[in-house]
Amino acid sequence: MPKIKIKRKSTAVDMTAMTDVAFLLLTFLLLTANFIKPEAVIVAAPSSVSEIKIPETNILEILVDPEGRVFIGIDNQEKRAELLKRFGEVYHLSFTAKESKEFSLTNSFGVPAEKLKAFLDLPSILRGMPENALGIPCDSTNNQFKEWVRLVREVNPSITLAIKADRSTPYPKIKNVMNTLQSLRENRYHLITNLEAMPKDL
Amino acid sequence: MAEISTSSKEPGKKGKPKKLSTRIDFTPMCDLGFLLITFFMLSTSMSKPQTMELSMPSKDKVAEEEQNKVKASTAVTIILGAENKVFYYFGIGTEEQEPQVIETSFAPDGIRRVLLQRNQEVVAQMKQLKEQMTNRIITEEEFKKKASEIKSNKTAPVVLIKSTDEATYENLVDILDEMQICNIARYAIVDITDYDKGLIAKLSTPGIPNP
Repeated sequence: MPKIKIKRKSTAVDMTAMTDVAFLLLTFLLLTANFIKPEAVIVAAPSSVSEIKIPETNILEILVDPEGRVFIGIDNQEKRAELLKRFGEVYHLSFTAKESKEFSLTNSFGVPAEKLKAFLDLPSILRGMPENALGIPCDSTNNQFKEWVRLVREVNPSITLAIKADRSTPYPKIKNVMNTLQSLRENRYHLITNLEAMPKDL
Repeated sequence: MAEISTSSKEPGKKGKPKKLSTRIDFTPMCDLGFLLITFFMLSTSMSKPQTMELSMPSKDKVAEEEQNKVKASTAVTIILGAENKVFYYFGIGTEEQEPQVIETSFAPDGIRRVLLQRNQEVVAQMKQLKEQMTNRIITEEEFKKKASEIKSNKTAPVVLIKSTDEATYENLVDILDEMQICNIARYAIVDITDYDKGLIAKLSTPGIPNP
């Protein structure tokens, strides 16, 4: 009886097709997605049915965390240095070229004026630490937030204001921010939300 | 592991050049592709955040005078309370007769039903208009024009949103959302008055029977 020879088949699979798929997906993701910008605090925005998209550029983002601390950030890097210079003039602070450079690389920040210099001297990794998330003072006695918004408007008159607050932020904190904007005659602004489906049964 | 070598020289054979296979092993490239996909999926966000446009009245005197023009018959006052509670009454809270305050919630059969009912006329018209657009009878531009016409209906309710200090930002966004769902074009966020606070306190105090 002859031995039955089992033919050895190669275990190598043709990977070409899989590679094609992988790179196709990669291309798709690169074209559709946008990078997450690091923010000073993590804020969980509430959801709404509103379908208006936020403008891509030229926005002043006002972040309000659950404790009511206020952070701001503008997206135009060139304007940041100018903003810092003007802020320094108001609060009689002078910033070195290095600090100014560091400031223009910071996406969003929230420190009172008296700690701003120390904040900018910190290495960039430490700046994101929770103990450095102090918030910009925004009360009637010391309203630095108002000053920032005023200066941002001065530096860039066409900027759009957008408030991104945490869903659990108490209303008085939000009211405070809104009242400050109102006193600056900034009566139109955006509230950043997540998309939620429109109820069908209407 | 992935096989790399595709040919091996056999010693002793001369002359004929060995035909090399043109097949390349794609496994490392495939690995790299998926690695990059993973990286980009983690470092990017697909959805762009949405926004709500909000126009607040300016603090000028003119606005205050205009605010008083709100007709009590069409006005609805909504008060946001603690723990996601919503209170509402019809009128603007300056009437001689004390309004009947009703407690409700953000559930679909809560405040939304009340507002839809108050705004029946507009909602029905908007529904019709939307159907027309989905059936391509009218264009998007016509839709926008007609929608703003419908919404500016003089008999449509005017909503005053007042918030207690215990409410959260989510409540505020939710109620603004309801305005959009119920097609209410005229609404304003106003400061709460002591009168309103009194009404709420009266309602939540046990012992006083609620009608």
